[in-house]
Amino acid sequence: MALRAPRTQEILLPVKRGFIAGTLVGALLLNLLPWSGAVALAKPDFVALILLYWFTFEPRKIGFTSALVLGLSMDVADAALFGQHALGYTVLAYAAIVLHRRVQRFTIGAQMLHATAVLLLPLIAMLVVRVAAGAEFPGVLYLAACLTGAALWPLLRLLLPLQQRATIDPDHASI
Amino acid sequence: MEYSPPPFFKTGPTPLVRLLLFSALAFALMIADARLQYLDSLRQVVSIVVYPLQRLASAPAGLAHRVGEFFVTHSSLRKENARLVRENLGNAFAVQQLNALQGENARLRELLGARSRIASNSTLAQILYDSRDPFSRKVVIDKGWQDEVKAGQAVIDDRGVIGQITRVYPWVSEVTLLTDGGLAVPVTNLRSGLRGVVFGIGRDGALELRFMPVNADVQSGDRLVTSGIDGTYPPGLPVAEITNIERNSAYMFARITGKPVAGVASNAHVLVLSWESTAPREPAPEAPAAAKRRAKAKKGS
Repeated sequence: MALRAPRTQEILLPVKRGFIAGTLVGALLLNLLPWSGAVALAKPDFVALILLYWFTFEPRKIGFTSALVLGLSMDVADAALFGQHALGYTVLAYAAIVLHRRVQRFTIGAQMLHATAVLLLPLIAMLVVRVAAGAEFPGVLYLAACLTGAALWPLLRLLLPLQQRATIDPDHASI
Repeated sequence: MEYSPPPFFKTGPTPLVRLLLFSALAFALMIADARLQYLDSLRQVVSIVVYPLQRLASAPAGLAHRVGEFFVTHSSLRKENARLVRENLGNAFAVQQLNALQGENARLRELLGARSRIASNSTLAQILYDSRDPFSRKVVIDKGWQDEVKAGQAVIDDRGVIGQITRVYPWVSEVTLLTDGGLAVPVTNLRSGLRGVVFGIGRDGALELRFMPVNADVQSGDRLVTSGIDGTYPPGLPVAEITNIERNSAYMFARITGKPVAGVASNAHVLVLSWESTAPREPAPEAPAAAKRRAKAKKGS
């Protein structure tokens, strides 16, 4: 796979903060659906995925605080250790921000590979913390969440920029 | 002092600094939560904010369930009704006997001068969802401290114990299931009367009876019921059935595994029991000041 820039670079409108917040709440809602069993274990962490998207493409409009707050909400809803998801999302935020300039220029395939690696980081951080606190390893399927998350990446790349696309009015086009 | 040119763009601290700051905060929260239990009020606040989202998210499943229930066929309803009538007749006999036995038991206890066991109240609750935390086995039910649910209460279904309330929020509470690695239930063997403690091992459908000597009187198929000596679970509730025993004289204890009697992983409705033990309270530890005073008095005399 060639790591080259996409041929056409579309210029998008600046994203609204309200839209970012809306997608994050939507992702939290998806995470809170009554998943159970193996599906619950291997399902993508939608909040992590959406956070990764915005940290990659709009790192100046979203901060570590939102990652922390979403993490704490996830902890309470999941009956998990308080601060476990907060740590995971903080690690994710750092990795995404450090890599964002590079990843923005990649093709979709390369971006999916990056997403897999970056989504794996919070999983590992949470695993280490919980195992250190005395829990048992929940099985390899737990790590599959980064693969299912990365599989959704093309969908995000397709859907989320729609809101930022300028409506082109052919009658008043200046060119 | 060293001077550097002013930055072109105000960006605040670098990502690395933020990472260190925020992960230190997360670690502090985790330690405060796991070791010191300081954060219950903060958890309550977050839970109030998240509660509408939780209800919203579990609404579609509940709706689908209700729609499914609406379209139950006539014949299946009749079949179920017939089955319930049969069961009811069967139970009626047991209930009549139970009433007579309870009366007799009360009289005998009076004769013996023993305290009577207080009858327990129960609250019907619905399971909202399985907790998605893969490291523990918990469910969330739709009753909280608004419905006078308290941490520590036992949770049962129609066949036996499924777990214990471990954390209470205003409108929901968390139930730790029997199969969770952190839950222990004091039990007694129905056949031999031997007491023991059943532990979850963090796997579905498996429990362990620990600290039983190799020559303990335990057989495969034995039923274990709560002993009630902990003051948490009312006595006599079915907990587990022994499925496998490994006796190896090289170890001090036998390795005894069982399976839960109740449908721990498959329920929609559960009962929360509020039961108060009549056992006398443990004497309060002596205050250090009083102990010192007494020691001094002893020295003086």
